Amino acid sequence: MTTRIDRRFAALKAEGRAALVTFTMAGDPDYDTALAIAKALPKAGADVIELGMPFTDPMADGPAIQAAGLRALAAGQNMIKTLKLVREFRVSDNDTPIVLMGYYNPIYIYGVEKFLTDAIAAGVDGLIVVDLPPEEDEELCLPALKAGLNFIRLATPTTDDKRLPAVLNNTSGFVYYVSITGITGAAAPDATKVSAAVDRIKRHTKLPVAVGFGVRSAEQARAIAENADGVVVGSAIVDVLRGSLDKSGKAGSGTVKAVTDLVSALAEGVKSARRVPAK
Amino acid sequence: MTVQQPNSFRTGPDERGHFGIYGGRFVAETLMPNILQLEAAYTAAKADPGFQKEMDHHLTHFVGRPSPLYFAERLTTKLGGAKIYFKREDLNHTGAHKVNNVTGQIMLAMRMGKKRIIAETGAGMHGVATATLCAKFGLDCIVYMGAVDVERQQPNVLRMKMLGAEVRAVTSGSHTLKDAMNEALRDWVTNVSDTFYCIGTVAGPHPYPAMVRDFQCIIGKETREQMQAAEGRLPDSLVACIGGGSNAMGLFHPFLDDRSVEIYGVEAAGHGIPSGKHAASVAGGRPGVLHGNRTYLLMDADGQITEAHSISAGLDYPGIGPEHSWLNDMGRVKFLSATDDEAVAAFQLCSQLEGIIPALEPAHALARVFDLAPKLPKDHLMVVNMSGRGDKDLASVEAYLASKKK
Repeated sequence: MTTRIDRRFAALKAEGRAALVTFTMAGDPDYDTALAIAKALPKAGADVIELGMPFTDPMADGPAIQAAGLRALAAGQNMIKTLKLVREFRVSDNDTPIVLMGYYNPIYIYGVEKFLTDAIAAGVDGLIVVDLPPEEDEELCLPALKAGLNFIRLATPTTDDKRLPAVLNNTSGFVYYVSITGITGAAAPDATKVSAAVDRIKRHTKLPVAVGFGVRSAEQARAIAENADGVVVGSAIVDVLRGSLDKSGKAGSGTVKAVTDLVSALAEGVKSARRVPAK
Repeated sequence: MTVQQPNSFRTGPDERGHFGIYGGRFVAETLMPNILQLEAAYTAAKADPGFQKEMDHHLTHFVGRPSPLYFAERLTTKLGGAKIYFKREDLNHTGAHKVNNVTGQIMLAMRMGKKRIIAETGAGMHGVATATLCAKFGLDCIVYMGAVDVERQQPNVLRMKMLGAEVRAVTSGSHTLKDAMNEALRDWVTNVSDTFYCIGTVAGPHPYPAMVRDFQCIIGKETREQMQAAEGRLPDSLVACIGGGSNAMGLFHPFLDDRSVEIYGVEAAGHGIPSGKHAASVAGGRPGVLHGNRTYLLMDADGQITEAHSISAGLDYPGIGPEHSWLNDMGRVKFLSATDDEAVAAFQLCSQLEGIIPALEPAHALARVFDLAPKLPKDHLMVVNMSGRGDKDLASVEAYLASKKK
């Protein structure tokens, strides 16, 4: 069974370039603006859309994404509205993969079975749940795979060769390599080290490998896109969004454009990468 | 609903860290290798008689154990029922039970070669204990403390600084203990190779709930021996306050299979459970996943964690240790709660009747003793865990009483 994620990465491979994966928070700064941003992302150059499910206690996120989650919650975002946002996005775009990213508790409280059913019905393709390591696969990973969703696992610099097979087992869609030991939006990754890590993961899997955490500029995106199959940018986009808000924290007239301008630049960076021939 | 009770309540957790449906290892992948390494190191240390011997040495000569089991005679007379004993954890060096656990974890950190210690703290007692052991052993110490708690527990902030620790005031989220724990986890994810996270309570990802419990069980083990020596038998009931629940678990665990012993945990009811402004995870919460474990949590209908409210910074946490959640569901521990008003009244009465200024945390346990004890016969032996001393709370209580007069 192929998913939108499989098809998108296969198409980009044929094109000979990496994917730009963007992260924005569902409901940030409000539902309508977040939907308008999501709809504008593919045209701006996003190949895969990651949508954050806001949570009060995002323990692996830095200040930018923490604040984005709190803005969304303050504007009344919840899981029902996040799934509705995906459904409304799907009305006009049936190709761009959507991955929901967040923490387990809001899913657990929504109910795992109901969440999977509703997510698939809305048009979600994959899940990234930060606080569900392979040790907790029975909670959501296995039911999600069974239901036909991709479950995308994070591999990190601390995931050694001994542990990597356990992390890759039951992973589908793509592998998300966390380029630094740290929280989102913190240190800048070292492109040489990242490239070596991508090679290491590829020795263990045929899945595409996307790299994220700390990628902020078109130049960094280009460097990583030389070897990785995807580049994930989150905090930088969220920061640009925040910068476009008015004094009361409401969306300004330039909010959507501020986001799409950055995404266009990032997409240019990814497209200009000189791909290293596959080893 | 009748619950099928196990043959023993003392065999958990299973190899994956579960107490029934509770516990587990809900952490980011970056931390998993560290957590597995910690589990292996702790398992090895437990099996090493040298580790226990060294622990015992420090607990005797540095912490000052055993702590007395003290007959609270005037309180017993005033309440006119059960014979009340205090387990005097407030007399430990640093002034609370927290040091028992910290001694164990710091010795483990040194065995693992970790030289940078991080901790979260609410009331500051765990932070002070961690800063103290780090000073003694020459380790770097960083303590995360909610900005609200930094404000209301100034004496402990000054103690930590004097001991050479760096106190980082946390201004994310609600600025209290849960946010301090988030920041400590973020630090750990960032500095994973050289850093040991010294968690202060029986919560977090496996193996923390079991490991912290094991280090705190000295409280209950001593209580058994001391009660045998004083009265020639086991106590009839145990009462302890519960935030995360480490002092309670330390007292309760060695007695869990003695079915004649009634066990009461007292949560913080803040302004009262119906007000919604409380920190009673069992009474006012439901099972969810936060900070590495599944347990009873305070949250809204969408699974967003809500703020806890308590006059006691040490109980101001929207969760509880996973083993407590399981013991609640099994019916082995009865969960009660006490409001801010009741805790402050108990704080004053204990100070004036017994010459012991309790911390606001055990004052919650005392508040329920006030209604449990009078209904019980005079030969009923009740142990209250006096988990810490109240010097740190004098300003808070003073301010609270002044605000009530207005």
